[in-house]
Amino acid sequence: MAANGWTPDQPIVSIRDVHKSFGELEVLKGVSLDVMKGEVICIIGPSGSGKSTLIRCVNALNDIQAGSITVEGQEVHDPNLNKLELRKKVGMVFQQYNLFPHKTAIENVMMAPVLVLKEPKADVETRARALIKKVRLEGKEDSYPGELSGGQQQRVAIARSLAMQPDVMLFDEVTAALDPETVKEVLVTIKELAQDGMTCILVTHEMGFAREVADHIYFTDRGVIVEHGPPATFFKEAKDPRTKEFLSQIL
Amino acid sequence: MAPRFFGVRGMLEGIRSFFKELAETHPKWNFIYIYDPVQTERVLDGLWMTIQLSVFCVILSVIIGVVGAWLQGSPHRWVRAIVQGYIQFFRNTPPLIQLLFFYFALGQFTPTITAADGWTVEPIISNVGWAIISLSFFAGAFNVEIFRAGIEAVPVSTQEASESLGMSRLQTYIYIVLPLAFRVSLPALNNNLVNLVKTTTQAIVIAVPELLYQLVSMYNDYSTAQNACMVLMFVVYITLVGILVLGMNRWERAMRIPGYGT
Amino acid sequence: MKRIRSIPGLDATSNSDLAVLKPFRARAAGEADDLLFSRWIAATPGWIFAVMAAVVVAWPVAAYAQSTYTMGQAVDALWKWLPFLVGSGFLLNILISFLTMAIGTITGVVLGLWQISPHPWLRKFSWAVTQTFRNSPWLVLLFIVMLAFPFEINLGFTVILIPDWVKAVFGLSLPVMANISEVVRGAIQSVPSGQWEAAESLAYSRQQTLWRIILPQCFKRMIPPWMNWYAILTMATPLVSLLGVEEIVTLSRQAMEAEDNHPELLVPFYGFCLVIFFAYCYPIARFTISLEKRFAVKL
Repeated sequence: MAANGWTPDQPIVSIRDVHKSFGELEVLKGVSLDVMKGEVICIIGPSGSGKSTLIRCVNALNDIQAGSITVEGQEVHDPNLNKLELRKKVGMVFQQYNLFPHKTAIENVMMAPVLVLKEPKADVETRARALIKKVRLEGKEDSYPGELSGGQQQRVAIARSLAMQPDVMLFDEVTAALDPETVKEVLVTIKELAQDGMTCILVTHEMGFAREVADHIYFTDRGVIVEHGPPATFFKEAKDPRTKEFLSQIL
Repeated sequence: MAPRFFGVRGMLEGIRSFFKELAETHPKWNFIYIYDPVQTERVLDGLWMTIQLSVFCVILSVIIGVVGAWLQGSPHRWVRAIVQGYIQFFRNTPPLIQLLFFYFALGQFTPTITAADGWTVEPIISNVGWAIISLSFFAGAFNVEIFRAGIEAVPVSTQEASESLGMSRLQTYIYIVLPLAFRVSLPALNNNLVNLVKTTTQAIVIAVPELLYQLVSMYNDYSTAQNACMVLMFVVYITLVGILVLGMNRWERAMRIPGYGT
Repeated sequence: MKRIRSIPGLDATSNSDLAVLKPFRARAAGEADDLLFSRWIAATPGWIFAVMAAVVVAWPVAAYAQSTYTMGQAVDALWKWLPFLVGSGFLLNILISFLTMAIGTITGVVLGLWQISPHPWLRKFSWAVTQTFRNSPWLVLLFIVMLAFPFEINLGFTVILIPDWVKAVFGLSLPVMANISEVVRGAIQSVPSGQWEAAESLAYSRQQTLWRIILPQCFKRMIPPWMNWYAILTMATPLVSLLGVEEIVTLSRQAMEAEDNHPELLVPFYGFCLVIFFAYCYPIARFTISLEKRFAVKL
């Protein structure tokens, strides 16, 4: 499939012994994990454990000091990397939505495919309308972000990422800034996406959701992966004391 | 025994003769600029000069602001230091003295050219030129800071979002950062530009024949026209600034980012 | 019971809670409730002073190296006139600024309180006055007051002569009044409407609420913008030189005439005027900003 010999039976995202520091502060101290195509993985852990940094590295928003991250066989932290190629493959949704406030919902969704992929506007618009329908925001196409609720904005942000037709979606604590009553509508959207077979990496605090949707759960603390496993065993049979303590506080 | 007047010309004639009579019966209310075409022209010339001065200064100061904000992001220390020095000098000193300093103190260093008549010598930059330069740099110093703050107001996370969608630095700058920064700066920019138009009156100190100058010299010439000139001065400037403020407010509303602020 | 939203003149502004755009700091100096002017002066790095002094003294030295009237002589002239320029000229600028601020503040506070009065006509009147004087160029107001004001007042038994600089004080007071009026209105409206509601539910009268509850809360908030306007006003005092008031710019011009109008004098004399205003306003701006910071913590 890809020029570098990657085939779909290999991990779509492969993280190997990644180290990352901000100045003196080392936030990732050798993290490794693999994600297969169509898999949904959730990264959980106390705040400051490096979860968000990890997935930002996958998208090359942060650089790393050592180790390797590949997406579809392509090294992300290659200085000669074509970031455009990477970002076509990897979509990202942020905690603060980060919609462009001066563009309407549909313009937000259409902007990148038109500007970056140079696709014909009419095609993009058809796709954008379908995506907005998919995230259940029909009728809100021409609303500005400031006129939408947090949950609605976040769903527009998801549609905006999907419009680039990525192979992997990254979700960085996407429900953390939302009102409790709007959290669910966003989670439902993500769940449907997962059921459609989208590869998803989520950083989340929603344990119930992780248990239901994830294929695999990783627990990070102080820059390392402490424990991981499928949800069925992870939540019942956590071995490490740090995991146990975290779960007892949350659940 | 009111004469009959027909049509627009007739009406104008009527108004003129009314004010002429008024000036004779009430010498304190000599609206000379209404019935004396020479004085009318003086007022219109002054107004035109005020408008020209305002328009040139607004355009130039906005350009200075954009360039200055861009230079402030320069990697060279000394470039940033020069911009900083410029800003500090112009916004921390009275514009009136700036005008004097520019025109009298710096004006003497500029080269002179022979005038059109062939025997007088005049400086290459006239007093109007110096007024435009001085006032533009004055307002420009504020604009630099306004634009820079506007750019800083665009959150890094919004830029990251656009990057994560595959947009290049330039695309992010053109389609996301600049439009947002501009909208955010607009109220402050408009405020500063209104201030600039008010400050053009100070060009009187170097005898720029703008509206205030014309009216002041008119009542110096015709002492009976004092009250009339005062009324016109007040009305015209209030109207001018009023129109400007209204227009700017409309523009701000049209450009406002929906759902943000009040 | 009357809802609090219907308290005349008070409509509390609500801010969007969406944290997508950072709060925008800079506003132009014309804005009544903001400290941009002071903030900018206060932010001046120290080396600016050195550079300004260098420009005033050193640069013309180079420019006039070939002249017969040397820069040294020009600087000597400035030195000779300095006590007069400061003691007689700049002090008058300061005096004008103090008196103007006093008059502008008293009238401005009254006007500002009227802007939130329960009487609609008083409210409209004070709003119109505020807007009119905020939006007219200061110089126009100065000229008008200069012409319209009598130069003497006959009290019947005695005639009081009004010197030009006193008229200038009145002229400058008008825009200051209008801007202070906006400061007062803005500060009062910045108190959450819940305070009015709470006071009303405790059966305070409107007057009691205003004087006992609201004003004590926003008094501190008014001080930094008030000082900011003082700095703006001080920067505007050279305008009165156009009306012949013998303040620093007028005296500088006279001094240069007395020194035979050598063009070499222009840079040091006008340069000195620039520097002295800067030096006077700078500490005020620093103080304003530090006050603002201190008050901001307690809010």
